[in-house]
Amino acid sequence: MELLFQQILAGISTGAIYACMALAVVMIYQAIDHLNFAQGEMAMFSTFIAWQLIEKGVPYWLAFLITVVVSFIGGVAIERIVFKPIEHAPVLSHVVIFIALYSVINSMAGFIWDFTVKSFPSPFGSSPLFGSTLISSHQGGMVAVTLGLLLLLYLFFSYTSVGLAMRAAAANPASARLVGIRVSWMTALGWGMAAAIGSIAGMLIAPVVFLEPNMMISILLYGFAGAVLGGLTSPGGAVLGGFAVGVIENLAGTYIPVIGAELKLPIALVVIVVVLVFKPAGLFGRVVVSRV
Amino acid sequence: MTKLLEVKGLTAGYGQVRVLHGLDFSLDEGGVTTLLGANGAGKTTTLRAICGMVKAGGEILFEGKNILGKSTEDVARLGVAHIPEGRGTFTRMTTEENLLLGAISRKDQKNVQKDIDKMYDHFPRLKQRRLQQAGTLSGGEQQMLAIARALMLRPRLMLLDEPSFGLAPLVVKEMFEILTALNKEENASMLIVEQNAALALGIADDAYLLETGSIVMSGPAKQIGADENVRRSYLGY
Amino acid sequence: MSTHEETVVHHDIGESPEGENRPIARPAGANTSSGARRIIFLVLLAIALILPALLKNFVVFQLTQTMVYAIAILGLNLLTGFNGQFSLGHSAFYAVGAYTAAIMMEHMGVGYVWTLPVAGVICFILGFLFGLPALRLEGVYLALATFALAAATPQILKLSPLEHWTGGVQGIVITKPDAPFGLPLNQDQWLYYFTLIVGIILYICATNLVTSRTGRALMAIRDNPIAARSMGVNTSLYKASAFGLSALYTGIAGALGAIIVQFVAPDSFTLTLSIGFLVGLVVGGVGWLPGALFGGAFLLFVPNIAEGVSKGLSGAVYGLLLIAIIYVMPSGLAGFVQAIVNKVRGK
Repeated sequence: MELLFQQILAGISTGAIYACMALAVVMIYQAIDHLNFAQGEMAMFSTFIAWQLIEKGVPYWLAFLITVVVSFIGGVAIERIVFKPIEHAPVLSHVVIFIALYSVINSMAGFIWDFTVKSFPSPFGSSPLFGSTLISSHQGGMVAVTLGLLLLLYLFFSYTSVGLAMRAAAANPASARLVGIRVSWMTALGWGMAAAIGSIAGMLIAPVVFLEPNMMISILLYGFAGAVLGGLTSPGGAVLGGFAVGVIENLAGTYIPVIGAELKLPIALVVIVVVLVFKPAGLFGRVVVSRV
Repeated sequence: MTKLLEVKGLTAGYGQVRVLHGLDFSLDEGGVTTLLGANGAGKTTTLRAICGMVKAGGEILFEGKNILGKSTEDVARLGVAHIPEGRGTFTRMTTEENLLLGAISRKDQKNVQKDIDKMYDHFPRLKQRRLQQAGTLSGGEQQMLAIARALMLRPRLMLLDEPSFGLAPLVVKEMFEILTALNKEENASMLIVEQNAALALGIADDAYLLETGSIVMSGPAKQIGADENVRRSYLGY
Repeated sequence: MSTHEETVVHHDIGESPEGENRPIARPAGANTSSGARRIIFLVLLAIALILPALLKNFVVFQLTQTMVYAIAILGLNLLTGFNGQFSLGHSAFYAVGAYTAAIMMEHMGVGYVWTLPVAGVICFILGFLFGLPALRLEGVYLALATFALAAATPQILKLSPLEHWTGGVQGIVITKPDAPFGLPLNQDQWLYYFTLIVGIILYICATNLVTSRTGRALMAIRDNPIAARSMGVNTSLYKASAFGLSALYTGIAGALGAIIVQFVAPDSFTLTLSIGFLVGLVVGGVGWLPGALFGGAFLLFVPNIAEGVSKGLSGAVYGLLLIAIIYVMPSGLAGFVQAIVNKVRGK
């Protein structure tokens, strides 16, 4: 029982990483109706920018702020420069562009900052939290920031007209144009926000996994899994999904003996797929009601 | 008297198929004009062309300025509210959010809430459904919502694409009564595309008859409705 | 679209006039007449037959590998064409095919030719069984499910209980087959011709299938699942069969790949391979079966080219090349060829 509790706690603490990333995933999904395979790399690149600033002596929170702003602008720029010219290309072509971006950003980060592992500071310290060595104050801070972001996003989408316009543009672009919404700018805005949230995720994750160009690969996958499990249409669901993935992964690794650490990811994914077969819109996703 | 909308030599099509072959028609400020015609005559395409949703040629003068080639969102921002085929409801959002979206490009955001209340006066059923997902409303309610959403723009001109489509006769009757009232009370100018010619002629000042992308007859609605040939072909009595 | 597109999988899922619901891929196909088509095919075949005599062994090997990838991409093309969905899990079927060939040849002493049909059947069954529940999912959800398959495969191959058969992390080394009937060909040349023959047979089967009644039925289901379901068609059974068929192609490609590379190991069959197939599919052109060959070549050669341009930034060069290709040909080579054909005809 003690072991179970500890493993769940450990799961929640890794889950915080996934939850953070899942939130960024949902954000971009809302804007472009697709998963962005380059999102992890964008977050990684942002984190390197923050690292560079801190190395140059910029105080942590200022560096944090600058990074978020720069990432937002970068996200908007990627949409405008790379995707705007091919907005009418088939979706699969866009998927290929994501893969290309992934490759470009990863390679550039390696070229500029090389592939050695760098440590990244935490604003919350790393002392044990609640007297447990399984969850540190940094991870506690991470959970808090994630939940805070979630609240902000909820307020933004529910109570501001830009948020409403963004949702409308994503759900029904043709109608959105008819009421005068500039749909393509809404998409760019979505990219910017996703990049900004991704950069926050990256800066929170980096103290745990260390900073290097490949740090986000598996985390993005877990983030996808969390977002899909929770429901891609629901930011709150995605965050819960992220935590759930962390817990499932830990429990599977501990309690299924043949599996061991190696098969953690596949098992977690299989559990998620099984869930999806029974609840195709994710645990908290809204099933779209429509009249045929 | 200046025309609110004046269309000259309008051509349009999809890909290599040309659908409209040079239409000329106009609409007075505060008036109601209807475009009649069978399926495939080009009625919907005409509305789409005005809103920049299809590639078009010719001239579309709105308040004297050519709007041909403008993007859909810019045309909407000029005060043209288009209720498209299928009503364009934001199905996943609530009724109230749909109304808010109708006014989203307006400059005078402080009057929006007042207008929403006014819509609820016009359409009490929508008030009951205020926080319901719009996709779950009945067909008639969704059409009401579409009209209300269009009015939220405080439009200079409303374009209605087959407002009677798929609705029960009683609902259709009620809706045309509302449209007539809106035209009188709000002085809303309307361009209505309809297959149900009898209804449309009842509300319209002027009518144009479309056949395979060309206008074959035009005139005051009363006169068109009295025409023997029109009656036989389109009104069925 | 013309009426004689034997090689075209029609592909216009739910495209509304204003193009708001973008298809996941656009219909494509070169509108050449069937006579011209036959001539082009024969010329290409003649070139393909002569090539090994003119080229170095290593280049011949590379061409063989290109064809193998093309067969795998052909499989993916059938899935996307028939089901309108894409898979990130085809590296798993490629792996199963490869290991089937390796285990049969090295542990059971079966001749390499016989491993291909067995690999195909096994992959069909696996694909069908996987597809039956998974194809209830759509879009990104299916992507995640297939992705799980791709992520799990290398790990499963490494599992200790299976080590006796799979050789664990070490993998299995395969003996390269000689040319039969005393043909005056070296091993690489023979495998080139062998792959060419298998590839042509599979290609012809695919084109016939696409135009067959079953093929049309499958596409009808794809285009309007609700109508199909209300007519009492068990759509998931059909969709799972299409998934199985797609896996069959990729499995045979895997078996061929194992034979020509002479080696299988878990880490050759990661998600990267699946992504490679997907990229190959798109740059070749979804729905245009000949595009698979171009996709295969892209998959094999472009990373090398990128490496040649800049060692440190090879990933960036690769990505930029990919972006450039999509800019020039948003619907892959297929759309590009079609545009050229249209231009030549003065449309």
